Amino acid sequence: MMLYVVIVYLWVALLLYLLLGGADFGAGIIELFTSEDNKAKARKILYHAIGPIWEANHMWLIIAIVILFVGFPAIYTTMSIHLHIPLVIMLMGIVARGTAFAFRNYDAVTDNMQKVYNKIFVYSSFITPLFLGIIAGSAVSGKIDVHADTFLSAYLFSWLNWFSVTIGLFTVSLCGFLAAIFLIGETREPDERKRFVRKAWQMNIAAVISGGLVFVSATSDKIPLVQWVFGNAVGITAVAAATVSLIILWYLIIKGRSKSLRLLAGFQITMILLTTTYKHYPNIVILKNGGYLSLIENRGADKAIEALALALLIGSLFILPALVYLIYSFQKRDNKGSLSET
Amino acid sequence: MDDFIAARSQMALSLGFHIVFSCIGMVMPFFMAIAHFYWLKTKDPVYKNITKAWSKGVAIFFATGAVSGTVLSFELGLLWPNFMKNAGPIFGMPFSLEGTAFFIEAIALGFFLYGWERFNPWFHWFTGVVVGISGILSGILVVAANSWMNSPSGFDYVNGQYINIDPIKAMFNAAWFEQALHMCIAAFAATGFAVAGVHALMIIRRKNIKFHTMAFRIAIVFAAVAALLQPLSGDISAKSVAKRQPAKLAAMEAHFKTEKFSPLIIGGVPDTKTKEVNYAIKIPGLLSLMTYDDFNAEVTGLDRIPEKDQPPIAITHYAFQIMVALGMLMLALALVYLIALFKKKNWLTAPWFLKLFVAAIPLGFIALEAGWTVTEVGRQPWIIQGVMRTADAVTPMPGIRYSFYLFTAVYLSLSLVVIFMLYRQIKMVPKMYDVPISNPAISKS
Ligand code: HDD
Ligand code: HEM
Ligand code: HEM
Repeated sequence: MMLYVVIVYLWVALLLYLLLGGADFGAGIIELFTSEDNKAKARKILYHAIGPIWEANHMWLIIAIVILFVGFPAIYTTMSIHLHIPLVIMLMGIVARGTAFAFRNYDAVTDNMQKVYNKIFVYSSFITPLFLGIIAGSAVSGKIDVHADTFLSAYLFSWLNWFSVTIGLFTVSLCGFLAAIFLIGETREPDERKRFVRKAWQMNIAAVISGGLVFVSATSDKIPLVQWVFGNAVGITAVAAATVSLIILWYLIIKGRSKSLRLLAGFQITMILLTTTYKHYPNIVILKNGGYLSLIENRGADKAIEALALALLIGSLFILPALVYLIYSFQKRDNKGSLSET
Repeated sequence: MDDFIAARSQMALSLGFHIVFSCIGMVMPFFMAIAHFYWLKTKDPVYKNITKAWSKGVAIFFATGAVSGTVLSFELGLLWPNFMKNAGPIFGMPFSLEGTAFFIEAIALGFFLYGWERFNPWFHWFTGVVVGISGILSGILVVAANSWMNSPSGFDYVNGQYINIDPIKAMFNAAWFEQALHMCIAAFAATGFAVAGVHALMIIRRKNIKFHTMAFRIAIVFAAVAALLQPLSGDISAKSVAKRQPAKLAAMEAHFKTEKFSPLIIGGVPDTKTKEVNYAIKIPGLLSLMTYDDFNAEVTGLDRIPEKDQPPIAITHYAFQIMVALGMLMLALALVYLIALFKKKNWLTAPWFLKLFVAAIPLGFIALEAGWTVTEVGRQPWIIQGVMRTADAVTPMPGIRYSFYLFTAVYLSLSLVVIFMLYRQIKMVPKMYDVPISNPAISKS
């Protein structure tokens, strides 16, 4: 019982990281692909939109990690060993991005250093989700070989393959898409709105293309992705629901509405995560030669799982109301239009 | 550099870096809350300016503390997978609770930084206090995890298997209270002296004297109280080390020979060949007295500990000497401040007095790093005292030294940037906060 509580929290933490953290990365990605003169504006809207909840965003990742190492240590350590290199690169991205974000907002002097912070911020906003996707892709790619005897096969080809890389690119475009949708809701002027709608469109196309590439590379890497996604009712339903909601989303955008866009986009990402994890459950790591690491078989001691579940449940009692109130207060502020700063 | 040493160095570097940021992130909110309280009470805008100036510092440190902490939670697995595989479920309890504490801290910080003029002023003030309290809680929790490595409990180790796991018992292990107490006081002492010193420097340079004097006063009171308490808490820690890790205590003291009426060895150069400590001051019987409250108690020396279970003696000994010496120095500074405050008011503005505190800027942080060196190096060769050796915990991946070089480069440049940012922050104080009293329009805001 408690085991399932923990698993649900793990999934939700990943989902929320993908949604909230993803929108946050995506904002940097959009900035990367925005022309020079529009950058400053995009940045300002972005800062007002994510500033207050920014600190809380990457907590979801930490929670997922803690759940893994307390509840499923064998999975955590296998990934740590065989995906060491992409994990380190992702960490570098997180460090660079987090500090650049803080510096550009809190630096007392505004001068050329801002340019440096911005550069670091946008590039690391690209690198971090790219490698996050690569890590997620590698986990299910069946390329992790725990019996490998050469450096390359044990530590490099475990993640450096077409499938993982295309999943990385797909993640990047999803983040960009989320951010564009999110920012549409933040804009006040028609011009700005138009700009973000165009960005959302571009990111949507990028997601479709990279999503297609994922299927192509899956075939060439002999990964039965089509069967995972379409081979079961849940997968098909989720894909259908995501498609329908995408159509509704674009209909609403064209109609000039801003309400519910975020919910729809969030819903799509949820469906995508659901399809990709459902068929695997409970095996979250697929190894070379058909082995796998299951959440059920690799759970830690019962007492540890129990304590972890309790900690998560009690923690939520404190966190959720506070987080909701935080988002609510600043949403209210923005609607009033008074953008008072620190 | 061999990979095992590289992994240890990378862990030490990351923690040594994180600890500085997290201690500041843990303590500064309290300074802020005091200044903020005075602003709400007295409506003196200088207090508001101090609060705002400090809150920018907190934001910078929080962000760097958070990213370096995120790195750590991955590094435990990246560097010590065999340790985490077994220890994760046992000592994970504090980490899972810590998640909640961090979260609340981050949320409260969001309210605080972005909440000026948005909320009821006292609610806003309270969110700042919550930042501080949850910061302290996370500090206590993570130290409880570390103390489990010094004093493992909450499981049985049978034939290489970890069974009967009890995470709650593991969290409240024999060392958690002493370590957490000592750590929290250390954070206040280190941050307090550093902040006070920076403001003292500004007073000497005759910049915004009012602003910096008020800021100095808030920081130094925390620092002085902490410095008075620290030796007491250190004594409690030493007694607890004697019980749970005699090898560590022996290394700290460079105490080679088991004997009754053991001398306290101060300073000196331990020679592992001759088993002598040269050039040291020895106070007969004091070690026995301090560790067991009894002159005649026998204190285990390194001779009772097999060579393969001994920690590096010289490093542990020097680090301990440095910590204690700096602790005594800070105690003396605290006394000087108290004398000035109650007896010799004219000292408070004297240049020599201010210079003394400028010189003290780094002391607390040096002591902090030295203290952790004692704890961690003194635990070697064990990663879990008496249960698992560090060498058995390290990752099988080769080439860790390159990762170590990379992390070193990143942390070095990060430190430089943070120092640069703080320098700019302080340099901007006159422009941003030095509002002539004759301009009420601005000073009110
Ligand atoms: C401002 C920093 C600072 C200062 C002035 C002191 N310490 Fe300390 N000490 C620490 C900062 C610290 C620390 C970094 O916070 C440690 C590392 C782990 C811990 O729990 O606290 C520590 C550990 C530590 C330990 C090892 C605990 C263990 O392994 O469990 C002992 C025995 C002492 N200290 C004793 C002292 C004594 C007798 C001091 C006398 C003045 C002293 N410390 C001052
Ligand atoms: C922030 C304060 C800390 C500092 C400065 C610190 C410092 C160090 C140092 C110097 C080492 C290397 C020891 C050696 O190679 O001889 C080390 C190792 C290690 N520390 Fe700490 N430590 C701190 C806190 C912690 C905490 C809170 C944990 C875990 C909860 C921890 C876990 C480890 C681990 C797993 C190792 C590697 C194994 C070992 O060498 O023992 N440390 N740390
Ligand atoms: C004695 C050692 C440590 C102390 C006192 C300490 C304390 C703290 C504090 C107070 C914070 C809040 C950040 C801030 O306010 O600036 C923090 C952040 C963090 N620490 Fe540590 N920490 C220590 C070691 C560790 C270790 C060993 C880990 C990982 C295993 C870790 C993981 C984290 C994480 C993930 C964060 C980021 C949380 C966030 O995003 O807010 N810390 N630490």
